[in-house]
Amino acid sequence: MVLRATGKAGSPFAAVLGRRPVRTISASGAAAYLGEAMRDVAIVATAQSPALRKEERRNEVEILMPVIHELRENAKLDQDDIGFTVSGSCDYLQGQPFAFVTALDAIGPWPPIDESHVEMDGAWALYEAWVRLQHGDIDTALVYSFGKSSPGDIRRILTLQLDPYYLVPMWPDPVALAALQARALLESDGVSEKDMAEVVARSRKHAKDNPNAQLKGDVDVDQLLNEPMYLSPLRKHDCPPITDGAAAVILAAGDKAREITDRPAWIRGIDHRIEPHSLGVRDLTDSPSTRKAGEVAGVGSGKVDVAELYAPFSHQEIILRRALGLGDGVNVNPSGGALAANAVMVAGLLRVIEAAQRIMDGSADRAVAHATSGPALQQNLVAVLEGE
Amino acid sequence: MPERGEGTIVERPLRLDYDYTAGLAQSRFLKGIAQKKILGERCPKCGKVYVGSRGSCPTDGVATDGGEVDLPHKGTLTTFCVVNVPFAGQSVECPYASGYILLDGADIPLMGLIQEIPHDQVRMGLRVEAVWEDEVGPTLQSIKYWKPTGEPDADYETYKMHL
Ligand SMILES: [Zn+2]
Repeated sequence: MVLRATGKAGSPFAAVLGRRPVRTISASGAAAYLGEAMRDVAIVATAQSPALRKEERRNEVEILMPVIHELRENAKLDQDDIGFTVSGSCDYLQGQPFAFVTALDAIGPWPPIDESHVEMDGAWALYEAWVRLQHGDIDTALVYSFGKSSPGDIRRILTLQLDPYYLVPMWPDPVALAALQARALLESDGVSEKDMAEVVARSRKHAKDNPNAQLKGDVDVDQLLNEPMYLSPLRKHDCPPITDGAAAVILAAGDKAREITDRPAWIRGIDHRIEPHSLGVRDLTDSPSTRKAGEVAGVGSGKVDVAELYAPFSHQEIILRRALGLGDGVNVNPSGGALAANAVMVAGLLRVIEAAQRIMDGSADRAVAHATSGPALQQNLVAVLEGE
Repeated sequence: MPERGEGTIVERPLRLDYDYTAGLAQSRFLKGIAQKKILGERCPKCGKVYVGSRGSCPTDGVATDGGEVDLPHKGTLTTFCVVNVPFAGQSVECPYASGYILLDGADIPLMGLIQEIPHDQVRMGLRVEAVWEDEVGPTLQSIKYWKPTGEPDADYETYKMHL
């Protein structure tokens, strides 16, 4: 039986680019399809570039190349040893058509490689790699993602993922939409601006231990609340920084994973779900797609030590924690999360990397990784990772 | 609501501006051009010389820094087209020839205008050399065009791998 997943599906840019969306098979669908025949797949190596506000000297290929080299060295694999290569990126960031193809210059795709791309965050490329490994004919996959948010106006660029007829002409950018969402949340129930500031303070504090983070340090919650409003009810620190960066991982199946590393981060469950494109029909104070993906991935079936959540805005972390049912005992975003560094198209894959890294170094036994895409948490991916 | 078959046309102006990052390799190349030098970069693995390198050998995925080659301003026209149809922003009057020039010692061609020869005599294998602007800067427009050297045409075998 052939299970074919393909990129581009569900991409918020698919409509803009005129690409025909292709249906993907969700993890749950794949599970139903394959019954008990699911293969164990793990993250066995990771690499990332430092997060920079503006990488003025290097182009995308020059940023990506050392990350790919370091990754393959970590796994002691050559490109020839890798069964499938897949990337997640967005040409709109670079402002160049087929930028994702030129990025292959960093890989060395000769002799010809089996390769794919999603016009989405790298977390969805990782999902495609996971599905591809389920086919059973290959044992390794390389996933990479890159994004320079600085060359263009990232707020205008991300606005183009909205409905082109009714919404884009008004240019409601991601910060404006996040502010609407935060306002709805603040007015719905027990969430306060102080809760949001606490997310920011913890994020900056955690980021002190992350050599790759962009914004870090000890900040006082009261001090944060004294900052002026940026776009009410958001203060500047409630919003993510603008970041350039790249990241990559290698996935391996079964014994191949154990051969590459002593402690692989096994993907025990992975699923992604999407909510309607139209913001008007969604309850922005909740994330039902995250909840559903979390249920299918099995978040609740064991104790969670660490959760890396892609919440670009402080209030979104609160929404996501609720949707995933993460209690106070969970260490959320030990890396600092997207409030500390937010390379668009990379930040979701980075959440998986940061979660996996904590399994691989033995500091956690069970971790949850989350990635988001689209306006105001429209589409969400959840993975559960475990050590052995 | 409009009747079936009718529609409303909405003008939706859309513009995105970018700061282009040339990158380390293209910066080295463009700084060379500003000194009337055409610098290639050699791949340490396969030995191919890239002109206007984007920083890596696209075959091997390794950096081409450290393999600088000062290339001659002379090469072979591998392929070309004669432009007969005017288009917006055109800077040269039709008809004119534009082609790929494989510099001697390079493995990837540069694009340029072919002049000082009637456009209907432009041909594959033609030997050409660069004609520079009086004022040069970090832009390929510093090369005004390419003109025939008068040498005999290059043998097809010498450039067939670069088409
Ligand atoms: Zn090479």
